[in-house]
Amino acid sequence: MSKQIWAYIDHFKGEALMPSWEAIGAAKMLAEKLGGEVVAVVLGKDVDSIVQEAFHYGADKVIAADDATLDDYRAEPYVETLAKAAQEHSPAVILFPTTTRGRELAAMAGAALDAGVIADITEMEVVDGKIVTTRPVYAGKLLAKAVAEGEPQIITLRVRAFAKPEPDASRSGEVVKVAAALSEDAIPTKVVEYATTEGGVSLTEAAIIVSGGRGVSNNPDLAPPPDITDENEIEIWRAKQGFKLIGELAETLGAAVGASRAAVDAGYIPYEHQVGQTGKVVSPDLYIACGISGAIQHQAGMRNSKVIVAINTDPEAPIFKLARYGVVGDLWKIVPALNEAFKKKLGKK
Amino acid sequence: MKIVVFVKVTPDTAATVKVDDAGNVTWGDAPLVLNPWDEYAVEAALQTKEAHGGSVTVVSMGDESALEAIRRALAMGCNDAIRIEDPALAEDDSLTTAKVLKAVVEKIGDVDMVFFGRQAIDGDTGLTPPQTARLLGWPYIGLVAAFREIDPEGKKLTAERTIEEGRQVLSTQLPAVVSVAKDFGEPRYPSFMGIRKAARAKVPVWSLADLGIEAPTVKVRLPELMNPPKREVVCEFIEGETPEEIAEKLADKILAEKVL
Repeated sequence: MSKQIWAYIDHFKGEALMPSWEAIGAAKMLAEKLGGEVVAVVLGKDVDSIVQEAFHYGADKVIAADDATLDDYRAEPYVETLAKAAQEHSPAVILFPTTTRGRELAAMAGAALDAGVIADITEMEVVDGKIVTTRPVYAGKLLAKAVAEGEPQIITLRVRAFAKPEPDASRSGEVVKVAAALSEDAIPTKVVEYATTEGGVSLTEAAIIVSGGRGVSNNPDLAPPPDITDENEIEIWRAKQGFKLIGELAETLGAAVGASRAAVDAGYIPYEHQVGQTGKVVSPDLYIACGISGAIQHQAGMRNSKVIVAINTDPEAPIFKLARYGVVGDLWKIVPALNEAFKKKLGKK
Repeated sequence: MKIVVFVKVTPDTAATVKVDDAGNVTWGDAPLVLNPWDEYAVEAALQTKEAHGGSVTVVSMGDESALEAIRRALAMGCNDAIRIEDPALAEDDSLTTAKVLKAVVEKIGDVDMVFFGRQAIDGDTGLTPPQTARLLGWPYIGLVAAFREIDPEGKKLTAERTIEEGRQVLSTQLPAVVSVAKDFGEPRYPSFMGIRKAARAKVPVWSLADLGIEAPTVKVRLPELMNPPKREVVCEFIEGETPEEIAEKLADKILAEKVL
């Protein structure tokens, strides 16, 4: 029997999350080096279209559990169903995307199967038949090589660290159906509802990020409306005007909006935008830092971006040490001009 | 309610962490602190105690440096503390830690809720909280942003957790394990009285023998720690007479990088 390399497919409301396909790509690399087949694992309800997509992205086989108890992700039925399938099929490796659900499920599967779990890796190679991973620790201030003993080896992949394969709609393969492991009355946890927060922020998946820092409020010439008199409120009002400019540039580029901890702590923008050691760790292709000095804690969250552009009034700001391109200048003037320049060059109105 | 909060000591977020020539991890003069993510867990545990009565026990695994984290949590308002130390735990991974913490919860006994921070800022795995829950066989709600209901008598818990798509609201049974996200709200500062009390507190130390377990087998090893490759970039400063001229040049440079 050939070795199985599993890739867990994370999905929400009928749609797979993009990093799930990166897991199939990484599984393919392992299957070639270790010998074996790529098996995608899809748990849910009415998952046929996701199963087909998994084949398109490169799965040789799909293990699918389609059951009402798996309609919404809940830790208990998902981990027990996954662990039971793993006991039956003995995969050598189980890869997960490091999404919220993926990380949680990988952790619990490790506990259920008494297997080692390596979280959030950015690189992986096969040395003498063994998988050697690299993962950032201390928010990327250091890198650690990590290896796990025994099988299965459970590994979660940092989002955007592994390439997504090109889909091929002509591919298909064998679907292995497995039953859900728990009945509804054996599951204590119920989903009450979903509530959305201020939407549109998917920083970890974004290919381009435009971020603002403390400098975003720094425009003394901008006169607040007369009903705002409190110093602190004036500062926040100015910052909101500044983030409006950043948002416009982000929209032109199809980018997500990020922020430094200083900007979040000052109340300029909600926490879900925070990039850094105590926020999100991102690695986009392009990161434009506006009015961000580049404290160590911010650098830890964005230093792996491919191209970094910094706009700051202080030529000594540490952010320029990471940046490929820098502008020593006022973001209030540069950001709108940059937005206009891109609109023109990208043919947008 | 009987509440346990697990914490870890870590270098401060502002620390410059490096691997020195001898291969050891160093962070210079930077202080050791209560893991910043754990501050939210301590805050949530204290708010739960304040709303429903009972006590909060803070527990940390590690050598005497763990007292930095424990004393901070005591100063914030935790009632008592336990430190776990054993020579057999010199090497660990997330699952061995979870096995020890499970034994701690069982030895304390009659625990209603276990709180964790989302992850430790040094190891950055975030695995131990869900693993501890799974080993205990208790429900787990990760990344809690707010509690909607905690009913100690009815043994019920309803919480909002943060996920990529927004918030998922889950109801479950007690006892349960939760991890707390930053969205929960600002952790309190220790009071002067709290700091004095924490400084005087005697913290008992439990070994594996006290817990009645053998050292769990470590499965994940880190054979090598490295400084990340230096970013080989020299910043090219874009200059011009007007913002428009600078923007024009900068946009061309970015387009030439083919990242759009």
